[in-house]
Amino acid sequence: MPLQAYLVLAALVFAIGLFGVLTRKNAVGILLGIELMLNAVNVNLVAFARFRDDLAGLIFTLFTIAITVAEVAVGLAIVIVIFRVRRTIEADHLDLLRG
Amino acid sequence: MRIGSPELALLVLALPFASFLAIGLIRPLRRSGRPAAAISIVAMAGALLAAAAMSWEGILVARALNPSVLWSWLPADGGPMASVGVWVDGMAMQMCVLVTLISLLVQVYSWSYLADEPPPSLGRYYAYQSLFAFSMLGLVLSPGFLQMFVFWELVGLCSYLLIGYWYERPEAARAAVKAFWITKLGDLGFVAGIVMLWSATGTFDFWPLFQAAESGALHVDGLTTIMFLIYLGAVGKSAQFPLHIWLPDAMEGPTPVSALIHAATMVTAGVYMVARAYPLFALVPSLLVLIAWVGAFTALLAATMACVERDIKRVLAYSTISQLGYMMAANGAGAPEAAFQHLTTHGVFKALLFLGAGIVIHHFHTNDVFRMGGLFVQRPWVGGPFLIATLALAGVWPLPGFFSKEAVLAGVLQAHLSGPFLMLILTSFLTAFYMFRVVFLAFFGHAHDHHEHPEPPLTMDAVCRALAALTLALGLRAAVAGPHAEGPAWLPWFSLAWAFAGIALAWATYQAGVLDPARLSAAFAPIDFLARRRYFLDAIFAGAYRFALLSFSRVVGWIDRYVVDGVLNALSAGALRAGDTLRRVQTGRPQDYVYGVALGVLLLLVWAQLR
Repeated sequence: MPLQAYLVLAALVFAIGLFGVLTRKNAVGILLGIELMLNAVNVNLVAFARFRDDLAGLIFTLFTIAITVAEVAVGLAIVIVIFRVRRTIEADHLDLLRG
Repeated sequence: MRIGSPELALLVLALPFASFLAIGLIRPLRRSGRPAAAISIVAMAGALLAAAAMSWEGILVARALNPSVLWSWLPADGGPMASVGVWVDGMAMQMCVLVTLISLLVQVYSWSYLADEPPPSLGRYYAYQSLFAFSMLGLVLSPGFLQMFVFWELVGLCSYLLIGYWYERPEAARAAVKAFWITKLGDLGFVAGIVMLWSATGTFDFWPLFQAAESGALHVDGLTTIMFLIYLGAVGKSAQFPLHIWLPDAMEGPTPVSALIHAATMVTAGVYMVARAYPLFALVPSLLVLIAWVGAFTALLAATMACVERDIKRVLAYSTISQLGYMMAANGAGAPEAAFQHLTTHGVFKALLFLGAGIVIHHFHTNDVFRMGGLFVQRPWVGGPFLIATLALAGVWPLPGFFSKEAVLAGVLQAHLSGPFLMLILTSFLTAFYMFRVVFLAFFGHAHDHHEHPEPPLTMDAVCRALAALTLALGLRAAVAGPHAEGPAWLPWFSLAWAFAGIALAWATYQAGVLDPARLSAAFAPIDFLARRRYFLDAIFAGAYRFALLSFSRVVGWIDRYVVDGVLNALSAGALRAGDTLRRVQTGRPQDYVYGVALGVLLLLVWAQLR
């Protein structure tokens, strides 16, 4: 399969993730969308590493996965705290910064 | 024409200036008081000696010699614009002697008069005195209009400083500012006039201007306007109607300062300037007539005000205005020599009158003549000199005032100015009346209190006696030299008769009690009413000043409120409204921001594709 196929797949996953981030009302759903976007990036990195015989892409991917885990841990912790305080995780209600 | 040595003239100028610099710049000396006074007096005595030597050694020269030492000043394309230096002709020499003499005597007198002043103030006083003498001497010796204007303004500054010497007192500060403002009003005309004259003729210097004027080669468009503007400077400085209102208020200064301002410096500057620039004024006969009328009117107006004044110093101030009117009338009548003669004699006896009044005020602790009395019996040595000066001012033979006043009257009569002549004759009657009113009230009559007064300090007494001796000597010299005023034979008797009529009226009213002062004032009720209110001139000036200031302030206030503030308010209101509109963009919902980021990235991609 050519490189373009992987890239198209990654773009589709990224678009789905972005769509989720933009439309989901639930904060956990938004976090899931972000995970999808990050993994789309990972697919890109691995594809390029494979087709250009460059190990740096794989190593970079490992780092990204680790960071993603940490990000999810922090993100979920924030969501839990918000739920404790506001008794909701509806994104539309979390508008404390409204001007 | 006689001219003097210019080196001595420069020495005359340098001595007071050096004393001013020493006192003004060396702080410990200024704050020490008495030593500063001693330096100033010694410098002034040196200047008097130099002036006397210069006058003594003055040599007769042909008329066509330029009697001046000049250096060029203000270099410009096509030669220097002006020159500075000394112009030592007869008039300047005589004036130098007068100025240095009166300044010296006033400074010696102040030594005792201001003995109770704190030393720093005394040092300041003598610094001003030295600067005043220097400025007036510089004015007198000016070889051109520009230098004269510079010293003219310096004289104005010094009078401001000295009138406001007791600046803690609000009246003194106000009087100083008033004197400064009113004289500045005239100075505006002066500076405009000399600049216009310069642009028309290309020179500020007297010599080329006078040469051209006397040979009839001076052709200037609008010379009448130019000379009128220059005359305005003299109107302000020499207290001519309607700018005379600053002079009575100038009495707020110490009495020796009044003597100096009224006798030798400041007010004589205007008369001197017109007499000095007479060759130019002579080209404009219509202006000369105006000068004569204004002078005579000023003389009469001031005399009526002096008749109703209770303050002894203010009476003398009005008499100064009145005598300045005489001098200006003589200038206008084409007799600048008579004006100058009256200026010098008046300088001597007016200084004596003021210095005598200073002793009188010290004695009675009041300025009000109606609360004085009997001084002549208690202090004949104070009363004598004052009486001599009063007789001189009233124009009684053989005192100098008689001769100079007669010269003025003869000059006015010869110019066929019958209106001003009648006014001046009436003024000489009033002069005798109001001066003897003061004398009878303060020196004769009965004493109001009987407790002992301390002797006046010896220096003050000695100065008065010296001036009285000088007055007598001047008068006797004029009497011995014989009549030189070219008037009709009846004129001396005529003016003498009016003077004695004035004295007799004052005697009948205030000494013998034949006439009731109240009935006298009732007989001249309208004039009395107006004179007591100073013809409302002060009120008119104050009103005009206030009106001009208020209307100007209103315009400025309107601009500030509606134009300057309006722009700022519009800007701030616009910022507020814009902020109010734009804040709705900030929804606070995270997803809207992500929309923004996504949209921005999209736009960047599109832009990158299209580029």
